[in-house]
Amino acid sequence: MTDTTPRTIVVLAGGLSHERDVSLRSGRRVADSLSQHGIEVIMRDPDATLIEFLEATRPDVVWPVLHGASGEDGSLKNILDFLGIPFVGSRADATRLAWDKPTAKVIVGRAGVSTPHSIALPRDTFRELGANAVLDVISRELPVPVVVKPAKGGSAQGVGLVDSVDELPRAMVAAYTYSEVSLIEQKITGTEVAVSIIDTGDGPVALPAIEIEPISGVYSFEARYTAGETRFYAPARIDEAAAERAAAMAITAHTALGLRHISRIDMIIDAAGTPWFLEASVMPGLTETSLFPLALEAAGHDVGWVYSALAEAAIRESLA
Amino acid sequence: MTKQGSSGGNNLDPWYDHYADRTAGLSASEVRALFAVASRPEVVSLAGGMPFVSALPAERINDTLDRVMRDRGSVALQYGSGQGDPRLREQILEVMALEGIRASADDVVVTTGSQHALELITKLFINPGDVVIAEGPSYVTAMVVFRSFQAQIEHADMDEFGLIPEALRQKIANMNAAGKKIKFLYTIPTFSNPAGVTLTWERRLEILEICRANDILVLEDNPYGLLYFDAPPPHAMRSVDEDGVVYLGTFSKTLAPGFRVGWALAPHAIREKLILANEAAVLSPSSFSQLVISDYLATSDWRGQIDTFRGVYRERRDALLHALDDYLPDLDWTVPNGGFYVWLTLPDRLDSKAMLPRAVTELVAYTPGTAFYADGSGKNKIRLSFCYPTPDFIREGVRRLTKVINGELELLDTFAGTGQLDSIRQDVKFSSPPPNIN
Repeated sequence: MTDTTPRTIVVLAGGLSHERDVSLRSGRRVADSLSQHGIEVIMRDPDATLIEFLEATRPDVVWPVLHGASGEDGSLKNILDFLGIPFVGSRADATRLAWDKPTAKVIVGRAGVSTPHSIALPRDTFRELGANAVLDVISRELPVPVVVKPAKGGSAQGVGLVDSVDELPRAMVAAYTYSEVSLIEQKITGTEVAVSIIDTGDGPVALPAIEIEPISGVYSFEARYTAGETRFYAPARIDEAAAERAAAMAITAHTALGLRHISRIDMIIDAAGTPWFLEASVMPGLTETSLFPLALEAAGHDVGWVYSALAEAAIRESLA
Repeated sequence: MTKQGSSGGNNLDPWYDHYADRTAGLSASEVRALFAVASRPEVVSLAGGMPFVSALPAERINDTLDRVMRDRGSVALQYGSGQGDPRLREQILEVMALEGIRASADDVVVTTGSQHALELITKLFINPGDVVIAEGPSYVTAMVVFRSFQAQIEHADMDEFGLIPEALRQKIANMNAAGKKIKFLYTIPTFSNPAGVTLTWERRLEILEICRANDILVLEDNPYGLLYFDAPPPHAMRSVDEDGVVYLGTFSKTLAPGFRVGWALAPHAIREKLILANEAAVLSPSSFSQLVISDYLATSDWRGQIDTFRGVYRERRDALLHALDDYLPDLDWTVPNGGFYVWLTLPDRLDSKAMLPRAVTELVAYTPGTAFYADGSGKNKIRLSFCYPTPDFIREGVRRLTKVINGELELLDTFAGTGQLDSIRQDVKFSSPPPNIN
């Protein structure tokens, strides 16, 4: 056993976000995989006793399997940094940038990646400038179909596909119920694909692209977390060149955003084979129906081994 | 079956095409997932109908547990009768007598909570497409059961005096005209869930008469009847109709839900089938729980304990009503004289289900009104439970809820005049109830 071999890992799951339920499911899967790999795992819900607990136990690594605020807004990682405890996943600053979808699109776009035309608007804009006038501008510049989503958040919560201009206001209202800023994005027609990235210390590696085909046509919350409601193709039914472009784009996005260890890049591949960046997940879902574990399996990886290797990478980097 | 990597892709459920038709709609739900936050202590949950079991005398329960294990351990740990423990069934008669019911212990069938009795009765009576009439709004998990047996749920309106007889008559006439077979009326006449209202005595008699005249069985669900705050409510409907009513009772609210012990009091013929159905489902209800409850009833001042519960819940009801008066004086709500719930009416344009994410952000939880209707009604309604949080927490919860409502109104004001603003979310049917909603 080397000094960087994790013996005790604290898996953080739950939290107070809208995605608490998903986080708990992801956390349990991670904990089970690590336990089966012989590592002592303690699962904790981040609460008012967490800091005291971490200071008392000083685990080798913390794995924040937290979706939504506090986990993906970088704040908890700032705390872990201050405590000097290694953690799996991207650092606080990168997490913060990637979690904000409009910001992530700008950064990835500047790295030369295509991303759908979009506009991000705080709800105050509608109040100040008048909703009808703003909606009119949006619908002229971004003809339907468009996708409306909260600027922050995951699991398709608050996301709406708008096929008609009449549906735009209610889609905006639904998104603003989750977040103060919403993103309205041109819908790109093509193959919906997710490319997961792992980096255990030797640089980011793209796992096989997973193609997503929801039975209902929309990869909604229900389609994501009900087994049977979505058909996954691993590898995706795209030609080799498109697959290579998707992998390269995912690594470019991961690198441009400064992400670390693990991420999932969601994209659409259009008819010409061009991958369009939609968003990056800094702590992708790791549930039994999530894309990341599927991609690991498609690549022939042992899930427990990869999770352990990611923890080891976190320790190694903390010593560097 | 579809395997990973095959040309047909992988849907992660190789049995997807094998499920029974009645499971349609049993899927993950965004709304249900949001309720996960309600378990955090920072959140004021006005959503769940969890009894405040901390008000129970813990030492006395411990004594009971010790005594049962010491004196009757071999019976408590063994299978029992499919109808339930004979002594407990006698004691249940004493409980029901408080609500005017006289019956024979032979007609009592002990079940795994009254929820199980509800399922068994539905199993006995409902063929796919049969009609169940229920108050609108009605208990969400009863409707989940009815739906799972592919019943057609039809609502009859209620007001502050409970189910409206004329609405029931009209509904029956409509169903008859449509050639539908109505199997039973499901009702919570006393301190209803979710509305908190109580059916008047006169209406009870009238509704029994209507059902008798139309050959409709009445399924009277009475979990809250003994938890009154001021004057006792009218006697149970079963107290005046032995043949046309199946009565469901429970110890979940007057003692503790963890025991999972309820019962059905049914006419003889139904009772016989109920026992067989109970045995088919669980062989026998928990001997251990039954003996513990039986010992508790025999050795404790259980009536005094119910009185203690009344005091606790009265104080919490008052806290909720005062907070609503202070924070949301322009809205309407019901004023329950017992039970666990207040039914709040929001401005018409609000959709309480769509508003739930905002409530989670503000750390307050409630149950959206649509959960209590089979037909999508109740968008601007909210069920508020006052049974579990302390009075201070209840007040804080209403303060947070007020912020949520105002935030949502402000958002809708911003988009006023831009067109249809109904929620774009899928109409999530509560095929599975939100957690801890009962």
